[in-house]
Amino acid sequence: MPIYGTALLAACHMLGIVLGDLLGRALGMTTNVGGVGIAMILLITSRCCLHKSGRLCANSESGVHYWGAIYIPVVVAMAMQQNMVAALSGGPMALIAAAASVVVCGCFVAFINRMEPEQAGAGSHDEPR
Amino acid sequence: MWDILEKAAKENGLVTAFAIVGLVIVLSGFISRRLTFGRVQGSAIAILIGLALAYAGGRCTGGSKGLADMAFFSGIGLMGGNMLRDFAIVATAFEVHPEEARRAGWVGAVALMLGTVLPFVVGVSVAWGFGYRDAVSLTTLGAGAITYIVGPVTGAAIEAKSDVMALSIATGVIKAILVMVATPAAAKFLRLRTPRSAMVFGGLAGTVSGVSAGLAATDRRLVPYGALVATFHTGIGCLLGPSVLFFAVKALVG
Repeated sequence: MPIYGTALLAACHMLGIVLGDLLGRALGMTTNVGGVGIAMILLITSRCCLHKSGRLCANSESGVHYWGAIYIPVVVAMAMQQNMVAALSGGPMALIAAAASVVVCGCFVAFINRMEPEQAGAGSHDEPR
Repeated sequence: MWDILEKAAKENGLVTAFAIVGLVIVLSGFISRRLTFGRVQGSAIAILIGLALAYAGGRCTGGSKGLADMAFFSGIGLMGGNMLRDFAIVATAFEVHPEEARRAGWVGAVALMLGTVLPFVVGVSVAWGFGYRDAVSLTTLGAGAITYIVGPVTGAAIEAKSDVMALSIATGVIKAILVMVATPAAAKFLRLRTPRSAMVFGGLAGTVSGVSAGLAATDRRLVPYGALVATFHTGIGCLLGPSVLFFAVKALVG
């Protein structure tokens, strides 16, 4: 049943948030530290465990897939409630920060990919796995 | 007639939000196919429309929560609020297969770390240049340069102000759009020819929407390799942003 998947997702979410809060408190802050990331790792791990023991059927998985698929719409809704008026008064900062990070990262991509052996590159391009 | 509509929308806020967001996404899909010929992904256009609507809402009401301040659209606040947003982001981790991730090997991991730290440093530096001096704002703006998800997740965790969050999201969205548009043009310079190079690109460029759309326009076969590494990006950013990176900035600026 899809609710099993959604319940698993919810359990991982809650556990991640609680662990993130505990981690934050241990580090001497009142805020949540990496709760969402911890929840994601928990979900990946529990999915692997449940797959190995064969206890997760496709029908249950659909209860998670739906929420994974709804994330772009949720982000759109999130965008709709941002304080854009205040953001735009910040001027061209967003554009400069974005362009600079794209250029810096692009240079590193070009640099790392130039270290790749040439023949291996040509071979795997013809037949990508 | 209008008061009946408004009452229905108010009492069914979340349902109204689903319908409105769906409408925006249909519209942005149309714009993506017809006006940009698929070059800019629909989701990026939808987010831009969302930010534009938030601007309009903010101008109309004078409030700080964009469209959600208008009674008719109050459900947007719930749909795009922290609870559903984090819930949906955690759900995307379900698509990640650890065994495939291992195949990406150390190059992917190095690219991921660089792809998290480099944009953050650039973002923080630019924010510093624009006069931000508090650790919370600097971290939030730097995290926005990682991806438009990491920015608000980090900002929410360390309690950043809404205008800083909006600026941080705008940075991430502009970055995603730049990656989408520039990748096909820069493919030769980036040496995007092999699965390995696509993984490096996915780790460093970050944004899943930017990477998948950019690679799709470059070489369709490279898409899964880039996206595989890029899917880890948000998780790692969300993990490091409010913790290690925040502490680092805090230690530097006091």
